Amino acid sequence: MSVLVGADTKLLVQGITGKEGTFHTLRNRAYGTDVVAGVTPGKGGQDVEGIPVFDTVAEAVEATGANTSMIFVGPRFAAEAILEAADGGIGLVACITEGIAARDMAEVHAYLKGTATTLVGPNCPGVISPGLANVGIIPGEVCAPGRVGFVSRSGTLVYQIVYELTSRGIGQSTCIGMGGDPVHGIGFIESLALFEGDPDTDLMIMTGEIGGDDEERAAGYIAERVAKPVVAYIAGFEAPVGKRMGHAGAIVTGSSGTAAAKAEALEAVGVQVARTPSQVARLVADRLAG
Amino acid sequence: MDLYEHMGKDLFRAQGIPTPAGRVCGTPEEAAEAARAFAGSAVVKVQVQVGGRGKGGGVELCRSPEAAAAAAERMLRDGFVGHVVDRVLAEELLPIAQEFYTSIVLDRSTGGYLAMMTAEGGVDIETLARERPETIRRVQIGPLLGLRSYHVRELTGALPVAAREGAADVIRKLFELLWERDATLVEVNPLVLLDDGRVIALDAKVTVDDNALPRHPDLAALAQEFPIDPVEKRAKDAGLQYVKLDGEVGIIGNGAGLVMSTLDVVARAGAKAANFLDIGGGASADTMATSLEVILSDPAVRCVFVNIFGGITRCDVVANGVLEALTRVDATVPLVLRLDGTNAEEGRRIIDEARHPMIVSVPTMDEAAAEAARLSREAA
Repeated sequence: MSVLVGADTKLLVQGITGKEGTFHTLRNRAYGTDVVAGVTPGKGGQDVEGIPVFDTVAEAVEATGANTSMIFVGPRFAAEAILEAADGGIGLVACITEGIAARDMAEVHAYLKGTATTLVGPNCPGVISPGLANVGIIPGEVCAPGRVGFVSRSGTLVYQIVYELTSRGIGQSTCIGMGGDPVHGIGFIESLALFEGDPDTDLMIMTGEIGGDDEERAAGYIAERVAKPVVAYIAGFEAPVGKRMGHAGAIVTGSSGTAAAKAEALEAVGVQVARTPSQVARLVADRLAG
Repeated sequence: MDLYEHMGKDLFRAQGIPTPAGRVCGTPEEAAEAARAFAGSAVVKVQVQVGGRGKGGGVELCRSPEAAAAAAERMLRDGFVGHVVDRVLAEELLPIAQEFYTSIVLDRSTGGYLAMMTAEGGVDIETLARERPETIRRVQIGPLLGLRSYHVRELTGALPVAAREGAADVIRKLFELLWERDATLVEVNPLVLLDDGRVIALDAKVTVDDNALPRHPDLAALAQEFPIDPVEKRAKDAGLQYVKLDGEVGIIGNGAGLVMSTLDVVARAGAKAANFLDIGGGASADTMATSLEVILSDPAVRCVFVNIFGGITRCDVVANGVLEALTRVDATVPLVLRLDGTNAEEGRRIIDEARHPMIVSVPTMDEAAAEAARLSREAA
């Protein structure tokens, strides 16, 4: 089993005809994801390696029954693409696009509250349920099906840690790359809630990084609502205060939001916090063996 | 992008928010001239992209043109907590009756905006929020409806009656500014009530969303005015995310999270990273060569830790990229190379067979960090 994406995922790709869009669409299809449609305004009627392209999300949903969207539209138009997906009745939207203005995302965030659409991202690697469906850019070859749920703000750390898990024979139910932007869709709390309710997830991993207070709020949630074991990792102990480290999210502007404060908040509620990515896999292995 | 105070005040004035008269000065003479224009006195303020100027000696009240020149000379010469200073702002001195604080910030915990106002001005707002949170009025502003009159009344209710009307005008215009110019923070500390009843912004702190700069060419152009380390500039021109740090182990990695994590792992091994450098998804010979040039231009670097996780980019391709880069760049210090992920074994085999004298190939991140720390100690 899995959360968010799985055997019943029917994927639509917004921005399918762009270079990145085409590349990852075909990778996802090769992985076994049911890719049913693409949307690029003005290119309706064409196809990408047999995948039909439509002008609008509404048309694509009508014709194919798509229930999930992956967005590769450029940053100027991506926020609107999310809104179009929500209005088109798409239940899950994974927005890979990097560089969307925060104001646009604030509008999207407020609008989605009144809809049934779940957003992952933006500026994220997407979601994979190993063996079932890959919606995004996480390299499927480093994952394996199993019973560990994983949610992360950073993309490459997902790859690194998943790879170490897989190398130890520990598979994953679903890996969620929630992205590092200040205003984003699904977060740690929503992800942990999904894993807690998933009968096929035994343990969850969350990896955070400096900036914001998502990890601290997740700690509060874990204390109250999560019974399954959680292993965490936080990147950025050595990041200097006030310097931007590539992610919009990864910026420390004061005393709060530091890696140390986050690790402390999580440890205070009984979460094991690994100090290196390799230690995550070791802690998980110990936990599952014990 | 954090704007200098004088840039923020330009935006304030364009929006109709009152500010003191002021002049941007690049020399002590200009500061003296400004003080003469302001009836002999001026407040001289260092222009930097960090806060804490009041406590740190970055603001000086000057009662004569000579004093203004001396303050400007000191600030321009000494800089401010390690930051280069190439300009100061000299402003007219005004008779202040009372000081307040107001701000609007993008609130990442709600995905909306948070407006704050308090009658306790001129203080460290973070300390106040911790010690006496009840003195700060907070209003969540939904992005779909924006700032409404009842929000404004709630906020200005924190202030004495005489200041409410003026403050209401300021907060409305601050929200317009934030919205129209894609700011993620607008802060006025202090907002002041003058003896004559006017409410004006004595300070201006504006942070503009970097992602929105393409739709504000005038704001994007301001980036040219901030001092940048020449090495950082070179990396930026090559499309690399580079931040100089003060350690001795050069770092190259792919992905911001992994590179941040690499800094941590190196610190745990007892060394310090000399930089943050994220080469992103690809690791071509070109990218690798430029990255090495950038890192090796820092004389403090004693070895380089190349930490690559091959996802979609395969490790054999990365290995060949590193070897080719080393035919173009003269490696003056040892390279610890850790390749993991897709085709890692093939990548390591390519490195091993090349027998490059400056490359040490180590399979795991922890071991590679230990080796990098050992090599940097040896070279010390």
